[in-house]
Amino acid sequence: MSAQRLFLDDVSVDFGAMRALDHVSLDLRPGEFVSIVGPSGCGKTTLLKIAAGFVTPTRGRATLDGAPIIGPGPERGVIFQEYGVFPWLSVRDNIAFGLKLGANRNEADERDAIVDRYLALMGLAEFRDALPRTLSGGMKQRVALARCYAVRPRILLMDEPFGALDAQTRLVMHDLLLDLQAKERKSVLLVTHSAEEALYLSSRVVVMSARPGRIKAEIDVPFAYPRDRSLLEHPDFAHLRTQLIELVMEEYAAQQRLDRIAV
Amino acid sequence: MSLFETVNDAFSTARPRRRQINAMPASVIRLAGSAFILVAPWAALLALWIGVRHSGLIKPGLVPSPLEVLDQAWSHLQSGALLGHLAASTLRVAAGVAIGSALAIPVGFLIGRSPQVRALINPLINFFRALPPIALIPLIIVYFGIGESAKITVLAFAAFFASVIVLYEGIGQIAPIYVHVAKTLGATEREIFARVIFPLALPHILTALRVALGVTWATLVAAELIAAQVGLGAMIQVAASFFQLDIIYLGIISIGVAALTMDFALRRLSAHLVVWQERLHP
Repeated sequence: MSAQRLFLDDVSVDFGAMRALDHVSLDLRPGEFVSIVGPSGCGKTTLLKIAAGFVTPTRGRATLDGAPIIGPGPERGVIFQEYGVFPWLSVRDNIAFGLKLGANRNEADERDAIVDRYLALMGLAEFRDALPRTLSGGMKQRVALARCYAVRPRILLMDEPFGALDAQTRLVMHDLLLDLQAKERKSVLLVTHSAEEALYLSSRVVVMSARPGRIKAEIDVPFAYPRDRSLLEHPDFAHLRTQLIELVMEEYAAQQRLDRIAV
Repeated sequence: MSLFETVNDAFSTARPRRRQINAMPASVIRLAGSAFILVAPWAALLALWIGVRHSGLIKPGLVPSPLEVLDQAWSHLQSGALLGHLAASTLRVAAGVAIGSALAIPVGFLIGRSPQVRALINPLINFFRALPPIALIPLIIVYFGIGESAKITVLAFAAFFASVIVLYEGIGQIAPIYVHVAKTLGATEREIFARVIFPLALPHILTALRVALGVTWATLVAAELIAAQVGLGAMIQVAASFFQLDIIYLGIISIGVAALTMDFALRRLSAHLVVWQERLHP
């Protein structure tokens, strides 16, 4: 189960007359955790959709270990902000969903073992037979994570996965994700608008400019894993956070001006 | 890790079971309440019927009393005629709904899943939907004769156009997120249809069936205008030519009761099949 290398090579995307992404190159090396931050509307979600295979770049290439990305696939797990937990399936059937597909067919007992493992890892064991409508947002996102992990993706693509959660739940989910990374490391590309989230979780942060999205800056996050909440109090962390927020705010202001012109 | 576990524990203990105090009276009150809700509208309707009969606004001869209708119901039940009519009509309605929705389901998926097909077919559907089935009867007699197939064609026509619109409006509103998730997990188009689209469409299929059933019962009398010997609609028409108002009332009530019963059965089936739905009124 070796990690794969995701490479976006000088990628541009046009939606009609509007340029969403402009000559962006991004290299996600095996085991790396990269966050993309930037103002809303800057094209960071488009970037993630290219990696997921939902958007084909107008120019440039997106490759996975050298092979072009054509369409979504189970080796690239995607976590959406709106969870997408199947409402007609119980928690365990949601987690088993991918395992029953032809693409990742498993023996029934092996499947049960995988489902049980992620039920435990995600703290969902006692909700195994519950229907999603009875779960909180945080619990639903755990189900989505477990369902994604069950098919053993080598890359995790997360599109503002904790954006809809309250602040406390978000913190718990951060630690859950770090804990999962310690147990089974994956390459992660995370789109977020939270500077703190980006710094706390990732090894590298990419700052995107206002539309058309370009890469404005890259910050290597110097803190070693495993990380815990004490990092948030560290003066170096606070310093880096201030720096990152300033970078993002400049672009936020630029995007605001753009949007005002558009209106 | 440790914090994650603590919060997790908090989740498991944070939902204490509410203890039911005074369980008996509460349940008795609730039972009486639901019995009232069940009976009250029918009692009101009956009161209105009797009230109109005795109001002097209409000649009492033109409004049979509930007892007269009940008397007719009893004699028709004893002779077996009522069950014969009921069975004939129910079979026709069932056949009409079955054929109409069997055609409507694939068409509904096709239109609901593809905006292009929708743009192409939508005007035709709206054209035919506006036509009252009764207006088609002369043509149906020309093409299908006056046998059973002609009556069922009228009903299937009504069922199809009533249900197809419910189906494609519902299927068209299925959130794309579920399809996206399935694709990222490696699902093929066929798997997406069978394991994602179909379960999400099921509530709409059941709603479409309910609508079709209602419309088909409503079309029954028209369908049985085509030389029907038996059937509740036929019974009403024969009674009309002899001015037997009590039998007409009996026929109308029987249609209503039959439609209500079938709708109730379908609602129970829906509740069983789509427990997962987040309903506003469970």
